[in-house]
Amino acid sequence: MNMRATEFTSATGGGPAGPADAGERNLAPATQSPHRATSGGPACGVPRPHESARAQVAGSATYVDDIPEVKGTLHAAPILSTVAHGRLLAVDASAALAMAGVRGVVLADDIPGDPVLATFVHDEPVFARETVNHVGQVIGIVVADSVMQARRAARQVQVQIEPLPAVLSPREAHAAQSYVLPPVTVRRGEPEAALARSAHRLSGQLEVGGQEHFYLEGQVAYALPLEQDQWYIHSSTQHPGEVQHWVAHALGLENNAVTVECRRMGGGFGGKETQAGHMAVWAALAARKFGRPVKLRLDRDDDFLITGKRHPFAYDWEVGFDDAGLVTALKLTMLANCGFSADLSGPVADRAVFHVDNAYFLSDVEIASYRCKTNVQSHTAFRGFGGPQGVIAIEAILGDIARHLGLDPFDVRMRNLYGIEERNVTHYRMKVEDNILHPLLAKLEQTSQYRQRRAAIAAWNANSPVIKRGIAVTPVKFGISFTATFFNQAGALVHVFTDGSVQVNHGGTEMGQGLHTKIMQLVADELGVPFERVRVTPTETGKVPNASATAASSGTDLNGRAAQFAARNIRDNLAAFVCGLDGCGAGAVTFRGGEVITPSTTRSFDEVVKAAYANRIQLWSDGFYRTPKIHYDKTTLTGRPFYYFAYGAACSEVAIDTLTGESRVLAIDILHDVGTSINPAIDIGQIEGGFIQGVGWLTTEQLVWNGEGLLTTHAPSTYKIPATGDVPEHFRIELWPEPNPEDNVFRSKAVGEPPFMLAISVWEALREAASAALAGGAVRMDAPATPENVLRAVTGSLPGG
Amino acid sequence: MEGRTIRFIRRGELVALSNVPPTRTLLELLREDLAATGTKEGCGEGDCGACTVVLGELEGPGDAPRIRYRAINACIRLAHSIDGLALWTVEDLAGPQGELHPAQEAMVQCHGSQCGFCTPGFVMSLFGMYQNHVARGNPVTRELAQQELSGNLCRCTGYRPILDAAQAMAQLPAVAVDEVALVAQLQLLQREASSNVCYLAPASLDGLLAARARHPHAQLVAGCTDVGLWVTKMHREFAQVLDVTRAAELRRVDTQGDRLRIGAAVTLADAFDALVAERPELATFAARFAGLPVRNSGTLGGNIANGSPIGDSMPLLIALRATIVLASTRGERELPLEDFYAGYRQTVLAPDEVLVWIKVPLASPLPSPPPRGEGVTSSPSPAAVGATVVAPSPAGGGSGWGLLRAYKISKRYDDDISAVCLVIEMRLDGRGVVADISIGAGGVAATPARARRTEDLLRGQPWTENAAQQAATMLRQEFQPISDMRASAAYRSQVLGNLVRRFWLETQGTEHINLERVIPELAPQAAGSAA
Repeated sequence: MNMRATEFTSATGGGPAGPADAGERNLAPATQSPHRATSGGPACGVPRPHESARAQVAGSATYVDDIPEVKGTLHAAPILSTVAHGRLLAVDASAALAMAGVRGVVLADDIPGDPVLATFVHDEPVFARETVNHVGQVIGIVVADSVMQARRAARQVQVQIEPLPAVLSPREAHAAQSYVLPPVTVRRGEPEAALARSAHRLSGQLEVGGQEHFYLEGQVAYALPLEQDQWYIHSSTQHPGEVQHWVAHALGLENNAVTVECRRMGGGFGGKETQAGHMAVWAALAARKFGRPVKLRLDRDDDFLITGKRHPFAYDWEVGFDDAGLVTALKLTMLANCGFSADLSGPVADRAVFHVDNAYFLSDVEIASYRCKTNVQSHTAFRGFGGPQGVIAIEAILGDIARHLGLDPFDVRMRNLYGIEERNVTHYRMKVEDNILHPLLAKLEQTSQYRQRRAAIAAWNANSPVIKRGIAVTPVKFGISFTATFFNQAGALVHVFTDGSVQVNHGGTEMGQGLHTKIMQLVADELGVPFERVRVTPTETGKVPNASATAASSGTDLNGRAAQFAARNIRDNLAAFVCGLDGCGAGAVTFRGGEVITPSTTRSFDEVVKAAYANRIQLWSDGFYRTPKIHYDKTTLTGRPFYYFAYGAACSEVAIDTLTGESRVLAIDILHDVGTSINPAIDIGQIEGGFIQGVGWLTTEQLVWNGEGLLTTHAPSTYKIPATGDVPEHFRIELWPEPNPEDNVFRSKAVGEPPFMLAISVWEALREAASAALAGGAVRMDAPATPENVLRAVTGSLPGG
Repeated sequence: MEGRTIRFIRRGELVALSNVPPTRTLLELLREDLAATGTKEGCGEGDCGACTVVLGELEGPGDAPRIRYRAINACIRLAHSIDGLALWTVEDLAGPQGELHPAQEAMVQCHGSQCGFCTPGFVMSLFGMYQNHVARGNPVTRELAQQELSGNLCRCTGYRPILDAAQAMAQLPAVAVDEVALVAQLQLLQREASSNVCYLAPASLDGLLAARARHPHAQLVAGCTDVGLWVTKMHREFAQVLDVTRAAELRRVDTQGDRLRIGAAVTLADAFDALVAERPELATFAARFAGLPVRNSGTLGGNIANGSPIGDSMPLLIALRATIVLASTRGERELPLEDFYAGYRQTVLAPDEVLVWIKVPLASPLPSPPPRGEGVTSSPSPAAVGATVVAPSPAGGGSGWGLLRAYKISKRYDDDISAVCLVIEMRLDGRGVVADISIGAGGVAATPARARRTEDLLRGQPWTENAAQQAATMLRQEFQPISDMRASAAYRSQVLGNLVRRFWLETQGTEHINLERVIPELAPQAAGSAA
């Protein structure tokens, strides 16, 4: 019996864990805010540690590269293009083949199935053929007895490429009308006429850089041949179903010949949604050619060169507004740097369009979205999936409006928020029904003491010649659901064994976000058993088929409900069984605390299960869920793409050094809406982690491609994600205390992506600080705010820069 | 092959492995030879910390030795270098019944793991902190945790729960290493010194110089935090390695006359400790040098001999007027550090020579700049807090003052490589004239460099705003930096001059000019509330 559950729902909240055993000391550093008691059962609502935490700290949690290798396993390493764009003339592997331990190479000609990956647009070759399209494109792989032998040999493969002109920036691509997908325009009202009528107008440009995922576990797959042309793939992937599909497609087999398993990933962040499939396909092709198990684990530098990143964006905008800063017209052009192929760029660019409003009503608006084709890595999903690139545009514009008018940016943001009864329809024609932005922002304004601090900072800046500080509050409203409506489905399997123990399996994958933990909590409560009786098993295409990617923050919403339904079916079976024994109605049976209680009898769950089995009652079940209410028109981007919105706001204070452009984040206050939290510790972890990852995107994480298209920020030595010293001591998270008004699982809200965009408060605070250095002037600053970009912003330009 | 055996103590037992190639990394040894896959590879270049393990080494006098614990990166550490040491990996901490060590339990209770891939590295860094601080009765503060964990990257948590875990370890029931038994085991290992022909690690300076003379083609390593990348990233293989870090004489810091003498094999961590003990204002600069696992493996001699134009220790040592001693069986020679570099990654080290000592003039007390200008309060100004105390110049008499400042500009505050590094030490005489000045610069030329022209311009001039402006202009003219992924040439050039401006302001006692000292504008109510 779980004695800890009720204790933790009442007081201790998100900081501490519920220790696994009663009586252990609870460290409880109460730095994060308490969460409210919920009406849920004993497992849900409790800040339980991650289901793998104890194994992770002991080094016994297994990742793909840790799986004991089958005898005869070979290792692969990629042969990379060194040219951004060119004609592939010849590949000479003779030097590599002569090296010790080298078994051979796998090239495009070795593909028995389709040499083009089974992507939506079907525009990406498995291995480069005829042309190469970016530095780092994979031309083939070398297979050897050891990893280092394969890597050494891959460098010895001579690739002859005739260079062609390369397009490296989205503006160049746009000028040449070079796109991976056709442009999309969303329009409402008469933006041109409204602009002409506006009391004030501003226009500007903005460049926002991409972001490397930097999952700590690099891309890896391990392909094992089974009997009768069947294949078993261990893949570090957010989408085992797609890996299965791609591998079968490349091998020229039906999907039923391939099984893909993922127990856990060492981080994903969107970077293992499609990108993981490449490793699996390459490893499987090698395994087929050599008839041996093949593991492909990328070196970190190769991972940087090969895989796609968050899409860099460029913007041109013109906005009209009134004296109070209310936006009256907006025309925005967004250029997404998609890289050389479409990958997920279509839906990413769509989501950017959907999130240009962020929290604000745009009356007369036109957004033109161009999906620019460039000779760099094919950019892909990354936490927020285009949302951040949409939100930052409107936040930048509102910041500029406020500074132009000499108003407090907070007031300008409040003035532009969606209304409740009116001004409540998005530019894509979805009504915002659950708007909590006004009270949420008002509360954060109070708890963060934004007004007092802003005044104090202004006074401080007046006497500080070198260091300038800034503070900003930005909100987020993030649409939850896959915009591709058909992805919003999920399945699960729950097994109750004859000893009363429970296994759950579902289509979602664990990348650290705590999905498995939350689903174990949900299943435990549905069956009324202690959390410890439930185990989750590795995600596997043979158990729950056709599962969607674990992405779009939807993992718990979809799979959690499916698992809940599966458990409910079993509970119903057991309830019907005990009703028969006790002569009561099914509604009179409760499952709680490991017991099954009828008006006449209390039995242990285990006892009921044992008896039910003896009476031939089904003790396992599937569950299936599809999100209700959603629909939208892909051509006009209008409809209800989202089931609901998740909200939040952050107040960030920063300081900049006007002599060097260096900056520091000094304090962060966040108020975020997760509905009723299934696990406050995990939700706070997502908020903190997402926020800091967003800070990295906008400050230290700079991707630099040189003039030849080589990504020169190639590893953590040159690409700087936030470290311990970048997190301020004052980092407070509070959860909004209301349940999700939509009937989502446990009345919770999705949390993976929305907090990422709260980091835009840091970027706006940096621009406030820069404005202070410019005596209140307009700030032109590109993201990320590296020291160089900040110095450029506060000095106007750099000589020669 | 004969003599390729490695012996070390793990889980209280002797591990002996034979036939280990000289370029096998410790991480390969663990994951592939010992099937100890708890230790992870995140980057293979010592920058993410996922592969962190802890080494134990005998330290102190022979009659009262103790164990020195160091968290290091296994990915770029050559396996042979742990011969004779004790090793702990993440699998080695839990008790016989699986009871977690406080470093592990605190991580669980504070929700310090999400995806878990960086977790073993963090746990081992925490274990190192536990042994070095908690087990000695000292608290782990948030600041200490932040500094000692700066070499471990986490992409999931945002670090707050991990910093909480570091501070919470001491509240859990204590777990001790059986040091008495371990000392005995390590002493036994030391007596059975291995004779390893492909990985030479002489125990004395004489032995080292003799080996260098006999094997001029052996790859010299002194911590391997850069050479390790030649192995993992450039796929180099060496037939023979000569490791300088076991030569007892080179592992010491002592004082010789008016100079601090640092052995070339002293780790960066210990070398900076010695420099900071002399000049406390260098503490921030020292803490920002790489991450602790790199400072624990890398040596000051290795950093200097490597000759990278972007190493941070050289601009500092040049400004401090350090000299270095090169030795061979033919004898010794001593030269100013800046004269060691002949070009990009080229030095004057002869094939039979080894860098053996770094000698740094001792600091001696002298007043800081007097606070001046408007708005200066009676309490010590931020500049005064950071002001150095440098030796009086012979010409300066008793009333002069001095200032040493070390500036590092990088994209990330911790564990990053400088775009620009500038260190200025200046002494004024009683009349406000620049009696002496030395300026070291990094990231702005093919080698670490001394800004001689700027020094010449200032020497003998009154220290005025105009002089500072001229110096800024001269400094920008003196170097032609390049553009790369860290910064553009224009930025580097601009910042060089701006740092002279900052130095001027610091000598004037101007407040609020150091980013690391700015604290948030939080009202007491907000700062004290948990929600």
